[in-house]
Amino acid sequence: MTKNSQNVKGTEEIIQALLRNKTEHIFGFPGGSVMPLYDDFLKYTDKLRHVLVRHEQAASHAADAYARVAKKAGVCLTTSGPGATNIVTGLMSAYMDSIPVIAMSGNVPTTLLGNDAFQETDMVGITMPITKHNYQIRHPNEISNVFDNAFHIAQTGRPGPVFIDLPKDVQVNEVTKRKKTIIHSGFKPNTRGHPTQIKKAADMILNAQRPVILAGGGVLLSSAHRELTVLANSLNLPVTTTYMGKGVFDERHPLSLGVIGMHGRKVANYALANADVIVAIGCRFSDRITGKISTFCENGKIIHIDIDSAEIGKNVPVALPIVGDAKCVLDELNKVIAKKKGKNKVWAEKIQKYIKECNCNFDVKTSPIDPKKIMHELNQIVKEDDIVTTGTGQHQMFAAHFLTRSKPRTIITSGGSGTMGFGFPAAIGAKVAAPKSEVLDIDGDGSFAMVIQELATCKEENIKTTPVIFNNAYLGMVRQWQELFFDKRYASTHLKRTPDFAKVADAYSLTGIRVEKNSEIKEALTRAYKNDETTVLDIIVGEETNILPMFGPTSKHTDMFGGCIQNVGELFDV
Amino acid sequence: MYNGNEKKHILGLMVEDNPGVMERITGLFFRRGFNIDTIIVGKTAKPNVSHIIISLEADDATIEQLEKQVSKLIEVVKVIDLGENSVVREHCLMKINSDEKTRQDILNFAEMHKAKVLEANHTSIIAEVVGAPEKIDMFIDLMKPYGIKEMSRTGVNALVRKG
Repeated sequence: MTKNSQNVKGTEEIIQALLRNKTEHIFGFPGGSVMPLYDDFLKYTDKLRHVLVRHEQAASHAADAYARVAKKAGVCLTTSGPGATNIVTGLMSAYMDSIPVIAMSGNVPTTLLGNDAFQETDMVGITMPITKHNYQIRHPNEISNVFDNAFHIAQTGRPGPVFIDLPKDVQVNEVTKRKKTIIHSGFKPNTRGHPTQIKKAADMILNAQRPVILAGGGVLLSSAHRELTVLANSLNLPVTTTYMGKGVFDERHPLSLGVIGMHGRKVANYALANADVIVAIGCRFSDRITGKISTFCENGKIIHIDIDSAEIGKNVPVALPIVGDAKCVLDELNKVIAKKKGKNKVWAEKIQKYIKECNCNFDVKTSPIDPKKIMHELNQIVKEDDIVTTGTGQHQMFAAHFLTRSKPRTIITSGGSGTMGFGFPAAIGAKVAAPKSEVLDIDGDGSFAMVIQELATCKEENIKTTPVIFNNAYLGMVRQWQELFFDKRYASTHLKRTPDFAKVADAYSLTGIRVEKNSEIKEALTRAYKNDETTVLDIIVGEETNILPMFGPTSKHTDMFGGCIQNVGELFDV
Repeated sequence: MYNGNEKKHILGLMVEDNPGVMERITGLFFRRGFNIDTIIVGKTAKPNVSHIIISLEADDATIEQLEKQVSKLIEVVKVIDLGENSVVREHCLMKINSDEKTRQDILNFAEMHKAKVLEANHTSIIAEVVGAPEKIDMFIDLMKPYGIKEMSRTGVNALVRKG
């Protein structure tokens, strides 16, 4: 029994557990079953900042983005029942992208559990498939153990969200005999890669004719960007990233192929299709990356480095698996390679030439505004430490393809789940985590409208973000697919009554700027940067502009169509 | 998806004896599209650790993926492939139609197959068979012509011989 555990109230025990686990910010929304906890927050306003959102979903996305920027678990809190179910989308999004989030919800007192009491929900059951783990605390004595385990699980190995259910009496009652923290004995992630496998990988890479590195979100999560850059530089290896990995390799580097996948760079897709050895690090070969799985990397052997052994061989056959943390494994791999010689000049030179030839000028001046033009202007003004978040849809893919990012954790997007409405609350979470950085939310009119109420959060909590809305009055990505695959039958995608977002901003006592001409974009962005409050840019873009190039959902990499460079296939020898 | 390469497998999971742990495991099987043939849960020699034995038919790649996914569950302490090195047993209770004409035949078969007759009356016999699942299958086939009124099998239980 720990000293002084008696007479400690559950809420106090919870707050101490949060502080012990380095929590400084909580995104949340109160309600009946968490009132005791909120009441005790008032005693800790100097140590714990609570950010009051206007919808619980926003709290979960903000906590997610906070974690991505702050490199530690983001925390959100809601009441029971509907408050709790509103974070399901946020938990799912965090789970798909392996983001450490601690989500807490109140619940009815343990004495009423199972009685269908007011606002009772089985959140443990509901969140089971979309969390790394979850808990229901049934006695204040368990609080300390559960919270320490929850933070440990969320942040160790492959990260992920952990949900904690807090019945009201657990908050109100006192700790009588504190349970000691015992970490689950079955939870032992393997971080060190097997030395023999690492040596084999070094040989495979050194003997490769056309090696390519494919870096995913795992590189970002383990902060292995430096080790990755050392590897790429030491052997002149070209690097492509998934969207989740965007930023882990400086996209201005001559060996950067940019983002791969359905809307990735053609040169990246072709390079991977032609590679003979693929060094895949911390990625899970989702369908948006591989395209048609049977033709994915037909010419290449895959070295797969991942901390989660279940990802290896799940979607694609792997020639050489290495289970371990990206940073540890790359560090060891670099040591092995440093002792050997063999820069691959021929392939590296070719690739650099292709990359140059595939660069196109997207300072387009057509009217109405082309989204590429906005990307061009953003690339001029967004500094390398600024953070860009995105919603989901065409604008997200424009950002993937055209926005240049050079540092990890500076582009935040909902990759695995493609959650509309992610971008704006994510910008709030990012800004709280990095108050000195400018935070822009590249968003769509559809996505932004889903979370528009968070303008109040920005105003009230004095959180400056810059939503840049690509307003095409359509659910653009769905419309694009309707154009391509449904003979232009635009079922339920035309948003004819999109509001004037600048006026909406004004209604929240914030600045809104409507932009209709190419010449106005730069000025509007500059004004937003200078403003010390949230500024909404409502940029009217062409209604039926497509994000290209792309490959269809069952196509292979070399079936990419559209885009400014047409003859990429001819560039490659194979 | 069946591809013809399925084999019978028995997986042993050592799990923390916490509420909801069964739901985590069966939920994972459902989500990932794995089919469970039988599942049993019980206590082990260790306090707070339960044993879950799952039998299923799957190809090698599926089993590998399944073992990895199950291992990821936080409350799963250990996953053991209970292959050829295991003792495999199952328990079955069955109520068989019987009258004066058939009773002696059933009793003879039961004795030959080491099934134990637990109860008997004018119309039926309740028998218990314990053994390898194939042995139980065989006894069921023998009893079918008499008419099996009710039956309850426990599912496969298993222990590794060495280790």
